[in-house]
Amino acid sequence: MAGAAQPGGRGGLAVQAVLLALICLFCIFPFYWMVTTSLKTQAVALQSPPAWLFTPTLRNYTEVLFSDNVGVSLVNSLIVAVSTTVLAVVLGCPAAYALARFEFRAKKELWFWFITNRFVSPVVLAFPVFLIAREVGLRDTHIALILMYLTFTLPIVIWICTDQFRSIPFELDEAAMLEGASQWRIFRSICLPLAMPGVAVSAILSFIFSWNELLFAYILAPKNAKTAPAMAVTFMEGYDVPYGKIMATSTLIVVPVLIFALLASRHLVRGLTMGAVK
Amino acid sequence: MTARVPRRTILAFLGPSVLALLAVGIVPLGYALWKSLHDFNLTRIARQRFVGLDNYVTVLADPVFWAAVGRTAALFVIAVPIQIALGLMIALLLHRPGLGFLKTFTRLSLVLPMATTYAVVGLLAQVTLNQKYGVFNQMLGWLGIAPINFIGDPRNAFIGVIFWDVWQWTPFVALVLLAGLSTVPPEIEEAARLETKRWWTVLRHVQLPFLIPSLVAVLILRTADTLKLFDMVFTMTRGGPGNATEFIAILIERVGNRQFDIGLASAQSVILLAITIVLARLYIRMFYREVR
Repeated sequence: MAGAAQPGGRGGLAVQAVLLALICLFCIFPFYWMVTTSLKTQAVALQSPPAWLFTPTLRNYTEVLFSDNVGVSLVNSLIVAVSTTVLAVVLGCPAAYALARFEFRAKKELWFWFITNRFVSPVVLAFPVFLIAREVGLRDTHIALILMYLTFTLPIVIWICTDQFRSIPFELDEAAMLEGASQWRIFRSICLPLAMPGVAVSAILSFIFSWNELLFAYILAPKNAKTAPAMAVTFMEGYDVPYGKIMATSTLIVVPVLIFALLASRHLVRGLTMGAVK
Repeated sequence: MTARVPRRTILAFLGPSVLALLAVGIVPLGYALWKSLHDFNLTRIARQRFVGLDNYVTVLADPVFWAAVGRTAALFVIAVPIQIALGLMIALLLHRPGLGFLKTFTRLSLVLPMATTYAVVGLLAQVTLNQKYGVFNQMLGWLGIAPINFIGDPRNAFIGVIFWDVWQWTPFVALVLLAGLSTVPPEIEEAARLETKRWWTVLRHVQLPFLIPSLVAVLILRTADTLKLFDMVFTMTRGGPGNATEFIAILIERVGNRQFDIGLASAQSVILLAITIVLARLYIRMFYREVR
């Protein structure tokens, strides 16, 4: 596709550049505003019209981290997101391998069922799980959240890794089988190492989705296991809304996830569409 | 290529994840189904009793439920076409040759909104849309528009939700459509461009057929996500003012978590689930035909 085929030539290019810059501005401006607001004192944050130039302060960060328990909630988020990701990978990889490599009845149905979970709204599961967790003493624990997050992390891992395993040449398996290797051995020593890129992508996506989750966290973990997004919600309660603190907390929540998202940027769309779009 | 292996091996590989998903996905659903047949309110647990399909009758006859369904549909019908129109324009811009660095930068910028914690988007909305202190009202002021009460006024709050939904998901639509555009064989596109200079003609007759799968994916996933929509609206308006932004997931949360009526909330959930499963089947049928 030569540039000559485009109308307008240099003028068209300038228009394109301006439009692209506007798109970037549209995407990035809210983050700029979030970070600058997080550096404002409450008095500056409540200036009308809003201030664009001011003396920045880190007080919001020290306050939310050390006196408002946001630090603790970030640790909770980290524990939950990492654990559920590890669990999803450990459970999901063998399942994905089986779906990619083995022949068995009802395989299609099983695969459908795994993927269908991507569509189920957490609100459907939240109340029954709340009641069950109360019965079995798992209310307000990390474990309850870690397990519930499997409803969306496991399908992601299974989808992406099934695809990845399928792309590994079957001849490798056949050669190993002739050598007398067991299926487990083939999975562990041959296919899994080759599937690592897919495993990594699915792990990053699982982490992002778990880290971002609010509904389960809000209903299942009101206090001790409270995660960061649920913590941010509590700031909205009450009359005097502390804008600086809310934006400081938001920044702390969003930054890690954005870094991961940029790392996996090529695969994010694939993950969000469960691979329908490559 | 697949191998025939003993049943024991298959079970060993698949068993753990099947059991895990049964425990966290199906058991709670069974429980919800069972509770949906009961008059069960957490404020009077002792008076729990079996009422058959009464909750379903109540839900289906409840104007509040249908209003939430209607609102959810309205959000979809307004926001998704905007996302598709803007997303298509962005995708076409990124598909044009030239400006390599700026395009890479734009692509990375597009990743940010859709990865942002949904709850944080709601908080951002609160801060930027505030009538007195919000930066968006300041910007409207530069255009000579008087400050708008976005959060406190029913209609404006709905517009606010649409705006932020568009902000978060237009990039996603753009990247999906961009992926679709790249499936058009270059020689066909090139030949078409030699025929006509109008981008519209190329889009309509050459690119659109290749975009259909992406568009269907966008429609189904946006439907599913609109039905799920909770976090952003909850942190932004809590479904208010009044019921103005009470979408279906928010309604169920209110009934279950703030009115403690688990029986009714369960019935609503089951209805929502039924809609969801139909959608999911549709999506899977369309996109995973190759799975055997």
